[in-house]
Amino acid sequence: MSVIEQKAGSPKRRLGDLVFANLTFGSGLLILVALAGVAIFLTIQGIPGFSAKAADLDGHANFIAYVWPLVFGTLLAAAIALLIALPLAMGVALSISHYAPRRLAVVIGYLVDLLAAVPSVVYGLWGISFLGPRLAPLYGWLGTHLSWIPLFKGPALNSGRTILTAAIVLAIMILPIITAISREIFMQTPRLNEEAALALGATRWEMIRLSVFPYAKSGIVSAAMLGLGRAMGETMAVAMVLSATGIVSFNLISATNPSTIAANIALKFSDSTGVQVNALIASGLVLFVITFIVNFAARAIVSRGDVRNK
Amino acid sequence: MAKSIDVSDLNIYYSDFLAVEGVTMTIPARSVTAFIGPSGCGKSTFLRSLNRMHEVIPGARVEGKVMVDGQSLYDANVDPVEVRREIGMVFQRPNPFPTMSIYENVLAGLRLNNKRLKKSEADSVVEKSLKGANLWNEVKDRLNKPGMGLSGGQQQRLCIARAIAVEPQVLLMDEPCSALDPISTSAIEDLIHELKEEYTIVIVTHNMQQAARVSEDTAFFNLAGAGKPGRLVEMNPTKKIFSVPDEEATEAYISGRFG
Amino acid sequence: MSAIVHQHVPLTHPRLPRWAPALVGVISLALAALLGISLGWGPVGIVVVALLVYLVGLPVWSRLVENRRAATNRFVTTLVWVSLGIALVPLGSLLWKVISLGAPQVNGRFLTWSMKNVFGESGGIYHSLTGTLIITLIATIISVPVGLMTAIYLVEYGAKSRTASAIRFLVDVMTGIPSIVAGLFAYALFTLLFGPGTKIGFAGGLALSLLMVPIVVRSAEEMLKLVPDDLREASWALGVPKWKTILKVVLPTALAGIITGVTLAVARVIGETAPLLIACGATTAVNLNPASGQMSSLPVFIYFSYTQPGANPKILQDMAWGAAFVLIVVVMVLNLIARVAGKILAPKTGH
Repeated sequence: MSVIEQKAGSPKRRLGDLVFANLTFGSGLLILVALAGVAIFLTIQGIPGFSAKAADLDGHANFIAYVWPLVFGTLLAAAIALLIALPLAMGVALSISHYAPRRLAVVIGYLVDLLAAVPSVVYGLWGISFLGPRLAPLYGWLGTHLSWIPLFKGPALNSGRTILTAAIVLAIMILPIITAISREIFMQTPRLNEEAALALGATRWEMIRLSVFPYAKSGIVSAAMLGLGRAMGETMAVAMVLSATGIVSFNLISATNPSTIAANIALKFSDSTGVQVNALIASGLVLFVITFIVNFAARAIVSRGDVRNK
Repeated sequence: MAKSIDVSDLNIYYSDFLAVEGVTMTIPARSVTAFIGPSGCGKSTFLRSLNRMHEVIPGARVEGKVMVDGQSLYDANVDPVEVRREIGMVFQRPNPFPTMSIYENVLAGLRLNNKRLKKSEADSVVEKSLKGANLWNEVKDRLNKPGMGLSGGQQQRLCIARAIAVEPQVLLMDEPCSALDPISTSAIEDLIHELKEEYTIVIVTHNMQQAARVSEDTAFFNLAGAGKPGRLVEMNPTKKIFSVPDEEATEAYISGRFG
Repeated sequence: MSAIVHQHVPLTHPRLPRWAPALVGVISLALAALLGISLGWGPVGIVVVALLVYLVGLPVWSRLVENRRAATNRFVTTLVWVSLGIALVPLGSLLWKVISLGAPQVNGRFLTWSMKNVFGESGGIYHSLTGTLIITLIATIISVPVGLMTAIYLVEYGAKSRTASAIRFLVDVMTGIPSIVAGLFAYALFTLLFGPGTKIGFAGGLALSLLMVPIVVRSAEEMLKLVPDDLREASWALGVPKWKTILKVVLPTALAGIITGVTLAVARVIGETAPLLIACGATTAVNLNPASGQMSSLPVFIYFSYTQPGANPKILQDMAWGAAFVLIVVVMVLNLIARVAGKILAPKTGH
């Protein structure tokens, strides 16, 4: 302990400090260990699943053939959900940041938080009992009149429990996170830039286009990717709403729908034994890797954007 | 052509708070008018009310009249968007659009009204505006570089180029040099001298020497008292204000006895 | 500079009257209602058509009277409000459904009975309530110390070091881990430790803590960062060691925010279904021992009651709505507590 160090104002290194500093650092490491643990334990338990036989893979020849339709369904449902949620979230975020008067904006913020607070199983309940049946007539109409579009080939499912319904429920569920992040970024637009646009005689929309959007671009991209990650990992709503057969198809309104990895695990886990469980865990590992990559990329974009904007 | 501005009995509010009270003045065309006064006396607020920019802050409103070329800015059927096109503004800190090149920054205002600007037209507007802002020679070889890459003084002149590219009648400047070094400041002051040939210029400044150097007329604003609204104390030709002002308060401020 | 050729420019142009949007709205609705009633659409159809008419009508009128830019501006403004409306319709519908179907189910028996030996009549959710309580408590007991300590490391010790940024980044990434993966992780871990098929309450708690830790870390970090450096320096200047400064000065100052953050984190994970489905299974009886045997929880109860109701679907599906109502109320109350606690506990000598 040098005298200089104490003079510089840094407190004396006591035993208590050492213990405490290491304890907090240990906690941080523990989190990283847990993250690594997820990958490790899923791999250990998943390995037997990778080489499972057809009998344990719902009749698929090998693991790839088993997991591919699930990956397809996961990506399809998440992509549609994002397609629906992104424009809506932009609208809601703008209404809070630039359109609503301050008091109303606070109320809208609360409502969006409320939307985020609803548990996924309740969304599932609502989707299966309310939304699905309400959408069925629409699907019927699409199946009759627009069946030349491959997406709406039909025949339409009467219960409405299609991948499109599942995607709509997913869209509602990821709306709050995309909204929250976009709103934050929209509100951070420097006032100076907004005034520059307005002083040139821009309308409100032109001001948003000129000064808000360019500033928020990377933030919107990462918000969308975080939403995508959420949608891919969301389990219960899809498991409950979707009447899945696990095929690969772009037909969005029929009775035979692709399943998603997460929903497939939730539906099959209780009744699976032995290697079947390992195969499910292996598929979970695939989901973990995909969502990890998406989230990693999204966060990387955010943190890079932070540096540049400051 | 450049226009004069007639203000009569203008009150400016932020919600219920009266910020500026009872201002009446005439700002002559093709001339530079400076607003001076201590911080918080409402001179920037008043400036922003001349092109309806103060409305951007929720709850802000005015009572009274601002007439430009016989038209009242606050008539019900007047579009603030139109007003701001005719009365341009340069801010305290340079604010070029960060994602745009120098070229696109200059054209930003024009592009709003005219989507399909011909390349040759665009080029000539950019050159004319940048020359008008005394920036052309410094940036003509890097027009496609981002505007944020310029120095502070160059950025401010870029903002002036952007403002004059839409050919406004009036140019409002809100302490345009307060964030700049002396050399850049002098470049902007030279520019103001040239611009008054074609524009009506109103400049808010904290720097009394600057007001003395660039302006024909000077208006002195002050608070009516602690917690009271700001008001116009006197407006006179700059020479008179800085030598024999009408009001005691003006002289006290200029000679540095307060403020 | 060449002289500017500028004619007299009017500051006014023809503008739509202030009541134009309202007028177009009324006309759109009337038109849609007329069409809808004569063609037999439902109310949803009428509203959708009215919106479409409005969305086209107002900009077209504006384009004719005002100009292209004003029309675009009005169009986008309408889009913004419409998207807000679309986003809030599901929320309203969902809450209405849950309240109208769920609230009538809730009574003394519903809250105090389990489903053990209940056949052909409605039982209660007591076993799920206790399960949810125990599992969430375990998750909280694990996550709060780990999360809080990590936040302290990030703010007080690591600051801008590379290790700290790496931890911060990975914690952010962790917030995106699918909940079912957390469940699989707990299951895989307990299978390795205690043999296959180990579904116990503790595993569920562990799975939830994996989801909860990142939320706690991030919110606690934000709160610790808000504590002004003056306070720390004042304490150091008195000769108080750093660790005591953190415990006695920094944490108490940030306490309100931290409690708010933890409560919100609890509210987030209390509704998680998938990890519990995997890691602690389900049962009809009350099980208060997290170390042995499957444990029911509210979300899992809702799921099984609705999707696998057995011989008397009506009874169990009604119960699912009741349980959903209870769950939503719990989540809302937690959110309310978080906000109220934040206000009450905030240091009086704040900014």
